[in-house]
Amino acid sequence: MGRTVGGPILEVEGISLSFGGVVALQAVSFDVREHEIRAIIGPNGAGKSSLLNVINGFYHPQEGSVSFMGTKRRSVDPHEAALQGIARTFQNIALFRGMTTLDNLMTGRALKMKSSFVQQVIYWGAARREELEHRARVEEIIDFLEIQHIRRTPVGRLPYGLQKRVELGRALAMEPELLLLDEPMAGMNVEEKQDMCRFILEVNDQLGTTIVLIEHDMSVVMDLSDRVAVLNYGRKIADGTPDEVRHDRAVIDAYLGVAQ
Amino acid sequence: MTHLLYGIFIDPFVQMAAAPDLLVQTLWEGLVSGVLYALIALGFVLIFKASGVFNFAQGIMVVFSALTLVGLNEHGVPAYLALALTIVVMLVLAIAVERVILRPLVNQPDIILFMATFGLTYFLIGLGELIFGGDPKIMISDQLRLPSGSYRIPVFGGYVQMQKIDIAATIIASLMVATLAVLFNRTRIGRALRAVADSHKAALSVGISLEQIWVIVWFAAGIVALATGIMWGARSNVSFALEIIALKALPVLILGGFTSIPGAIIGGIIIGVGEKFGEFYWGPLLGSGIESWLAYVIALVFLLFRPQGLFGERIIERL
Repeated sequence: MGRTVGGPILEVEGISLSFGGVVALQAVSFDVREHEIRAIIGPNGAGKSSLLNVINGFYHPQEGSVSFMGTKRRSVDPHEAALQGIARTFQNIALFRGMTTLDNLMTGRALKMKSSFVQQVIYWGAARREELEHRARVEEIIDFLEIQHIRRTPVGRLPYGLQKRVELGRALAMEPELLLLDEPMAGMNVEEKQDMCRFILEVNDQLGTTIVLIEHDMSVVMDLSDRVAVLNYGRKIADGTPDEVRHDRAVIDAYLGVAQ
Repeated sequence: MTHLLYGIFIDPFVQMAAAPDLLVQTLWEGLVSGVLYALIALGFVLIFKASGVFNFAQGIMVVFSALTLVGLNEHGVPAYLALALTIVVMLVLAIAVERVILRPLVNQPDIILFMATFGLTYFLIGLGELIFGGDPKIMISDQLRLPSGSYRIPVFGGYVQMQKIDIAATIIASLMVATLAVLFNRTRIGRALRAVADSHKAALSVGISLEQIWVIVWFAAGIVALATGIMWGARSNVSFALEIIALKALPVLILGGFTSIPGAIIGGIIIGVGEKFGEFYWGPLLGSGIESWLAYVIALVFLLFRPQGLFGERIIERL
């Protein structure tokens, strides 16, 4: 397919983040190129999730800057990050548990809807048309993720694997430029992992969405990603293609421990 | 013993059958006070639904808004202008609550936010007394052109007395409920409100602005409070004692479910009607005054069998 990796759309430069005395990230720099799948790996507590939280504005770093699609900033509000086209999923799933799959996905369209408050209250004219249009887009995503059968189920009742899928669906409903996936395959069985891999590849390939993903399953990371950054104790210790990273001395030491 | 059983199970129904016009009158009065309870409960539900906070200050917001309206009028502001200004005051209050209370407490446990609304309650009591004084005030019903007087409707050979203001209150409450139900269920803002209630983190990640949502709900709750204050004030008067009555919303919420708008209404009506019937038909048996506690007993029994309320969301926690 016609996927071509372009220039960098996200550049993280010299990010340092600490909570009181605990240092989460220390002078971390890395970039993400348009249309690529970029993986971040590292042992538990290496600062991977913190890095995603900085990118989408949940955390505000003390030093460094993040440039996204040409705008450079130290920190941003999650609301603004979403407006700029950054969507994400969470390690521990953050869905609207009391709402149906459909409503969860429609929430992802919130920023794209423009009709006025009054129109919405009386559900008239533009508000009605808009709702229907967005509903159609959401149905496409539901078809794509093969979750038609749970359209009307409150997501709190769904099994874990499906919840992960709905969460991806909600992020996709935002039609993001950059999609951040925090351990999209954690806790899944082999079949579910294969499905999820397929969805990620298709999103990347067909929609051209740039993806940053954190994952522990090395075979998944090696198969999916174009480039891999490795974090350990809040520092980046390696960065390159899957092959380069796999044979990097520092990475092997971090994962297996150093022989004394 | 037989006398007691007769008093509980037979006599009240004999009375109901003997004087059906009184029965209808009792029903109507129960309905009206039920609607007013429902309005207060509605304010709670709004804020609970959208932020997971049980807003203890809802009762005092009713008093405060009504006091502001009457107080402004006393200082020479024309009634309708005072009404508009009161709406502005409620908006300012919503913004202030978001800035000063909610924003610094984002992501804190619910109980912390609940305690913060206690603080807000006492702040509003103090502020209200400081500005408008602690004396009860008369609602400016005439200036607002609220209907007064009553209809006498012939029923079963007797008459039922219906205050026009009660009829108006019922209609206004129904309109408010219908609007809010549509708003919550059919629109983007409604979805955003429910989203924020469900998970702050997830709501932020899809670009919902918590600040904006919180101002909207607190403002909506303020408007509901103002409507309640006017209706209730018109029936009795405007005083801080109203705040105690606001606690009656608690059993209503237990019955209707904390997250359901129709539940607030139906719960309110059940409590209202139950109270009046209890007082009128069974009250003499226990000495009177049962109106003040019957609601809580009904709620207690309800809790045993259906803790999520009639319409509450039944959330199953996965372990």
